[in-house]
Amino acid sequence: MAPPGKRVGLLVTCLVDLMRPAVGFAAVKLLEDAGCTVEVPRQSCCGQPAFNSGDRATARSLAEQVIATFEPYDYVVVPSGSCGGQVRVHYPELFHGDPNWHPRAERFAVKTYELISFLTDVLGVSKISARYAGTATYHDSCSSLREMDVRAQPRRLLAGVEGLTLAELPDADVCCGFGGTFCVKYPDISNAIVTKKAEAVAATGADTLLAGDLGCLMNIAGKLQRSGRRVAVRHVAEVLAGMADGPAIGEPEPKRAAP
Amino acid sequence: MTLTSPQFKDNARAALADAQLQRALSKGLGFVERRRLAAERLPEFEALRDAARDIKNHTLAHLDLYLEAYEARVTAAGGKLHYAVTAEEARAIILDICRKASARTVTKGKTMIAEEIGLNDFLEQNGIQPVETDLGEYLIQIRHEMPSHIIAPAIHLNKDQVEADFRRVHTHLPKDRNLDEPATLLAEARGVLRERFLAADVGITGANFLVAETGTSIIVTNEGNGDLTQTLPKVHIVLATIEKLVPTLEDVSTLLRVLARSATGQDMSVYTTLSTGPRRPDDPDGPSEYHVVILDNGRSSMLGGEFADILRCIRCGACMNYCPVFNAIGGHAYGWVYPGPMGAVLTPALIGVDKGGHLPNASMFCGRCEEVCPVRIPLPRMMRSWRAREFERHLSPATVRGGLKFWAFFAKRPALYGVATALASRVLWLFGRSSGRFRRLPFATGWTRHRDFSAPQGATFQAQWRRRK
Amino acid sequence: MAARDLIFGSIRRSLGVSGKEATRRKTVSDRLAQHPAGIVPARGQLAAKDRLALFRTMVEAANGSVEEIADAGDVPSAVAALLRAHNLPMAVKRGADPGLGALPWERERTLEVSVGPSDGKDLVAVSHAFGAAAESGTLLLVSGPDNPTTLNFLPDTHIVVIDAKDVAGDYETLWRRLREKFGDGLMPRTVNFITGPSRSADIEQTLILGAHGPRRLHVMVVGESE
Repeated sequence: MAPPGKRVGLLVTCLVDLMRPAVGFAAVKLLEDAGCTVEVPRQSCCGQPAFNSGDRATARSLAEQVIATFEPYDYVVVPSGSCGGQVRVHYPELFHGDPNWHPRAERFAVKTYELISFLTDVLGVSKISARYAGTATYHDSCSSLREMDVRAQPRRLLAGVEGLTLAELPDADVCCGFGGTFCVKYPDISNAIVTKKAEAVAATGADTLLAGDLGCLMNIAGKLQRSGRRVAVRHVAEVLAGMADGPAIGEPEPKRAAP
Repeated sequence: MTLTSPQFKDNARAALADAQLQRALSKGLGFVERRRLAAERLPEFEALRDAARDIKNHTLAHLDLYLEAYEARVTAAGGKLHYAVTAEEARAIILDICRKASARTVTKGKTMIAEEIGLNDFLEQNGIQPVETDLGEYLIQIRHEMPSHIIAPAIHLNKDQVEADFRRVHTHLPKDRNLDEPATLLAEARGVLRERFLAADVGITGANFLVAETGTSIIVTNEGNGDLTQTLPKVHIVLATIEKLVPTLEDVSTLLRVLARSATGQDMSVYTTLSTGPRRPDDPDGPSEYHVVILDNGRSSMLGGEFADILRCIRCGACMNYCPVFNAIGGHAYGWVYPGPMGAVLTPALIGVDKGGHLPNASMFCGRCEEVCPVRIPLPRMMRSWRAREFERHLSPATVRGGLKFWAFFAKRPALYGVATALASRVLWLFGRSSGRFRRLPFATGWTRHRDFSAPQGATFQAQWRRRK
Repeated sequence: MAARDLIFGSIRRSLGVSGKEATRRKTVSDRLAQHPAGIVPARGQLAAKDRLALFRTMVEAANGSVEEIADAGDVPSAVAALLRAHNLPMAVKRGADPGLGALPWERERTLEVSVGPSDGKDLVAVSHAFGAAAESGTLLLVSGPDNPTTLNFLPDTHIVVIDAKDVAGDYETLWRRLREKFGDGLMPRTVNFITGPSRSADIEQTLILGAHGPRRLHVMVVGESE
């Protein structure tokens, strides 16, 4: 059980915020169920697009903004290996040699976690009481794997979901071809890579694809749908939180009155 | 050889559409699985990678002194050391040595540096015939192509292409001969090249390492071509750049232990050959002259700087074996001598980021390259540094800069960002709600050309969160 | 010497040194003089019998063949037997190696043994290895009149005789022995590390033996290990 009163600042990520809020709500539920209080301060972006495009000045401004906003919390939790990696690995790099910001960035980095590994490694969550009827396959996002040390944890939690069969994805650790702006700067190369990934997913026979990063998920979902393959694509948090009944990525909402 | 790195996008497109190449690439570089097995079989492998990195760093930090020591030893062993600052100087020195030896043909072991300085074309222009002896290099030489991988230069060819080339070039052999199998092709190459080996006046090799302790040059091959190149002719020329230096034989063992394992998954390559000076008075074979051409070509300026780490590269090829981009487009698309992740870092350093800028940009930063590099070079970090250089110099395309500026304006103002994203979410939802996705999206054609784009859910997370609380 | 000065100058400027710093100079001269060993894999650190077994396994994994011969006097007949088994002409080339020279070649009267470097026409060569490293099944051969380097590469079949006691566990032992023989900082013209027969996978990644060097490598381990 979590120590009482651990305040978590949720760094929701701009993709989740704009494209799929359901992931944010799933993250909140998982954290609250594990005994955390969750707050969502007003936020924009961790700055990774600027960082990866070589715009260090903007990346630093946004990093300072994020650090100042989230510093008051005990933990900063991110439903993404990619944004989590930007904070944990690259913020200290950005402020290398800066006597004021580097120590702040270091202190901030060590309390920033990717969502699933936070649940298992910090809060000690070992079993999730969710149900999901179906066969799922799991894709490891590159940053989760190589920057945030996330690999066994989501699989462990998924193994405990009642009704869910896990089919291991061959080459799960090979990139899906998203790479942030890469997929629009070099679309043909990105397409070749995501085509391979989509074929591998389809070949597992799974009806569901899960991962911990929305960028990867949107990329692979887009390819699966363009090639006419029926695989439901969701963020792993949605399944673990028992909130996987809404439309999957790229699927329409059921017809109802306008909100 | 022409430089086509500026046309990287066109090259990549052509490579993706090249069915022959795609077949060759998908046959797979079985190197990935074999490297994994080789690493598993050696418990000390990870510690050896750290040690290899440390040896290279130590050497680079003391490069002037190790180069002095090396120079003394080579000279004492009867070798002749020549210094070249630029590619032109290196070519001139080599031509001079060849002329003094009245060379007509020159056999060559595999050396990337020779490609870098355009040596083959230069020798031909000066009436000297260079003959590549590494089988892969020979295959591409007769096609007038560049290597497409640093250790498997002809990986992009299939055997039908090789057969066609052999029939075209080896006109002295019977036209009706059978060349169906790789084994018969190899036997033919062996026969043709054997004659060249024996006839050559000068042999030129590269060097995987130069050992300061003993004044030794080391080549690593599987075929034995480097050995025939450097043993049979009367003159042996070694062409190497300054960062090949390694302090001692013990340091060489450490590097050898990670080199072949990282490259092909072998514990050791078949031939690792240490050469020191010309033949000794009693030797019944070996060259009577031994020259080492030490080239700078920009390396000394990289020392101590942002890109110094790439000087640790030992040319194993692991990074490109593991790179999803390289595996999709092959090595030629990179447009110059060095492909894959190490090429993406080294090429802009040698030819300028204005010409080579596409290479560090065409990366997802997936990090597999860094994960497998035997000397732990932080390749994605240095590719990002090139992007920062481009940004500073306004070399990135105007659309990218403009787009970034627009987005950054909002991102720096979270309240305004919230308004803008709420609007975007609503608009995209309205247009996309019935199908849940877009097959076409005006500002995102890069995406929608190949993929559907999922529609957002109507209101941003933050807006909904604030409504609830 | 303009290029030399330019290069040294550029290196020193980039590193921010003059080259005269005493600490740096000492660090370098110490390392060169002491040549400390790095990490030596545990794999080859075995008792003699196990080392030989490992050596054999590794040579075979590299597509070589290994034969143990208790008595050196039996080497010539083993060579003859190998040639017969592969339908090869009864002729070998060897160097002036005294160890090879002392063998009773005359016992194999049909076997023609000539001495000298190879001119490319020999089908079979016999060499005597300076040593070997069991960690990778690697032989070490040294140039010179005893074992000319051309014998290692031109003939189609290479038979390498090695004394069991010369099979070391690791490369570091071999460096020490080379220094003992040739002197610190000194080396012969060529030292060959050989691991299996020549090979190439350049055509469609199909592995084929005998690219330029020998198609066949046969190792004869002679005598007792200690």
